[in-house]
Amino acid sequence: MVTGKAKVMKGCDAIVESLLKEGVDTIFGYPGGAIMPVYDSLYDYQDQLKHVLTRHEQGAIHAAQGYARVSKNVGVCLATSGPGATNLITGLADAYIDSTPLVCITGQVASHLLGTDAFQETDVLGVSTPVTKWNFQITKPEEIPGAIAKAFYIAQSGRPGPVLIDITKDAQFGSLNFKYNKCLEIRSYRPVPSVDLEQVKKAAELINNAKRPMVLFGQGVILGDAKKEFKSFIEKAGIPSAWTILGVSSIPNEHPLNVGMLGMHGNYAPNKLTSECDVLIAVGMRFDDRVTGKVSTFAAQAKVIHLEIDPAEIDKIIKADVAVLGDCKSSLSLLTQYVNSATHTNWLNKFKELDTEEYREVQQKELIPDTNKKITMAEVIDALSVKTNGEAIMVTDVGQHQMVAHRYYQYSSWKSNVTSGGLGTMGFALPAALGAKLAQPNREVIAVIGDGGFQMTIQELGTIFQYEIPVKILVLNNEFLGMVRQWQQLFFDKRYASTELVNPDFQTIVKGYHIPAELVDKREDLSDAMDRFINSNSSYFLEVRVGKEDNVFPMVPSGSSVSDIRLK
Amino acid sequence: MKKQYTIIVYTENNIGLMTRISNVFSRRHVNIESITCSESEVRGVHRFTLVVHVEEEKVIKIVKQIDKQIEVLKAVYHVNDEIVYQEVALYKIPINVFSSGKEIEHIVRAHYARVLAVKGQFVIIEKTGHKEETQELFDALNPYGLIGFVRSGRIAIPKPMESLKDYIKDLESSINQN
Repeated sequence: MVTGKAKVMKGCDAIVESLLKEGVDTIFGYPGGAIMPVYDSLYDYQDQLKHVLTRHEQGAIHAAQGYARVSKNVGVCLATSGPGATNLITGLADAYIDSTPLVCITGQVASHLLGTDAFQETDVLGVSTPVTKWNFQITKPEEIPGAIAKAFYIAQSGRPGPVLIDITKDAQFGSLNFKYNKCLEIRSYRPVPSVDLEQVKKAAELINNAKRPMVLFGQGVILGDAKKEFKSFIEKAGIPSAWTILGVSSIPNEHPLNVGMLGMHGNYAPNKLTSECDVLIAVGMRFDDRVTGKVSTFAAQAKVIHLEIDPAEIDKIIKADVAVLGDCKSSLSLLTQYVNSATHTNWLNKFKELDTEEYREVQQKELIPDTNKKITMAEVIDALSVKTNGEAIMVTDVGQHQMVAHRYYQYSSWKSNVTSGGLGTMGFALPAALGAKLAQPNREVIAVIGDGGFQMTIQELGTIFQYEIPVKILVLNNEFLGMVRQWQQLFFDKRYASTELVNPDFQTIVKGYHIPAELVDKREDLSDAMDRFINSNSSYFLEVRVGKEDNVFPMVPSGSSVSDIRLK
Repeated sequence: MKKQYTIIVYTENNIGLMTRISNVFSRRHVNIESITCSESEVRGVHRFTLVVHVEEEKVIKIVKQIDKQIEVLKAVYHVNDEIVYQEVALYKIPINVFSSGKEIEHIVRAHYARVLAVKGQFVIIEKTGHKEETQELFDALNPYGLIGFVRSGRIAIPKPMESLKDYIKDLESSINQN
């Protein structure tokens, strides 16, 4: 632990200095009264700390999420008290459920005004408690370095999550003896349980005796930085492996053991065969209801092994026969030592058979539709996938386009998926994509968004323009809130209540932000337009008009068993 | 099957922690039957005692979620057989009921209660015991014009010989090893 000499400084400077000590070089935010001292400090630190001014605090926090998801850094955002802070709540909830490390700093009214209904005063600790891993209010300048150090440690250790630090204005103005020590431990907090070798051996024994083992992997593989360990494990044991929406890009899609996506709109084979496997190995995933369908029938025939860092996830939804707590980077490498080399050719072939059926019944029609049909979302994603070699960072919003993007993009690079998985936050993708691009300037970052979600945070085009962020924006426009419309069609007698959108001319809007824009309505124009989109050195907006009432299939109807997945 | 469980939580002394703990219950639509909190035998460590009536499966999940909170040192749950527990109740009676006969005095003696204070117009009676016992005294005194009643939450000590100080020492030494 490096301890420097103490230096007298103002609280607001101490906040900025603390961020620098944590290695932060980019933050996202929006100024306002109660956070003005910090902004005043930022003016002096412009060469060391880049502040990205978004157009709304929700944009700032989603950008910070995108930034964190594709880097090894904590996403940092800054907002003022009251409405500034409450505008962060959706992002906090999103980051909390998707385990994204964030440190959010909010200004607060002066401490003598707390609880007086002062101008722009909100009980931010109270409002943010259910959606933060930890939160804290600073009322004295000397608390600043310690609290920020703790915030960074908590946000990124163990199962990551968002942390909020609320700082009263008097603490920002006051002065302190600044000395920064990184937080390395908290006695009441065990971020990473140690792996119990006995449990690993029990798991290995189940796997070694399995005839039809299957792996379900989630974001834990990526968060645990277990790329090699995961690949070695499934390759040695020869186990077909399926991903949750946040698990994709842990191994390339073309890997022979990658059997596709689980869940409501996932692939046919892994959903069907979850009900036929004899040993199910869940790695860093939490059995979300969109993955399990009806819980009582989910893999009921199988022995369940659960590799998980968070003890509260064990037995939360699906009872584990063998729970292996710990960081999956450690537990997977241990497990690999104890499992026998195996191949499960016949079992793997079952996946291939069902894949063929899915291709014939669903994918073929989506990828090569009748020529009189409108462009399908799948065709667009397929073209994108081919032209980017599956190497782009895909940032998706929420709805039909999100499911189609995950179904048809052939992810080939590690850590290439940013989406709002657990919370399903429309409006997430545009700001998240600009954040991702700032974290990974050398990678292609593509935001795929529906016409509904696009309009929820459309103002962030201003941020993209102001900072010249070369993020690509693909809007799949069906003039509907497509996923809700699909449910209305299938389960509510086609009563399309408030799902049809009368949209503005997106081309004009985007051009107003001085971003090149293009509209494709005809199939024969798609390929060239996609080339221009990908080859552009600046940000580029491509809008594709797709079939208005197209549906996403396969589908596990809500409340049904995953084996009841419908192909149409 | 639903049963009564006592949850004991040891925490750091921080503002807002009470909300974090109670949110675990309210989010799952579980009613807290009683809650008490104060400093434990270890300075700076607070101890919550909560009583709930739920299925064991549910209490296990609740305790895990509480234990997961950053500033919670430890959270455990017990059935009634595993703890020694107590509650205290206070009863406010008009003084004239006392002076006008022997019944109240008999009731107080029979329930092993005691007179805590005599103030001008009224008397305060104190009774410690389990909820059923303080309830029995309530039922006995009620016909005599009871004008005030309050019952504390449960406090409980687990029967096994485990010391909180040792537990915290273990926590700190295992962290130093890492």
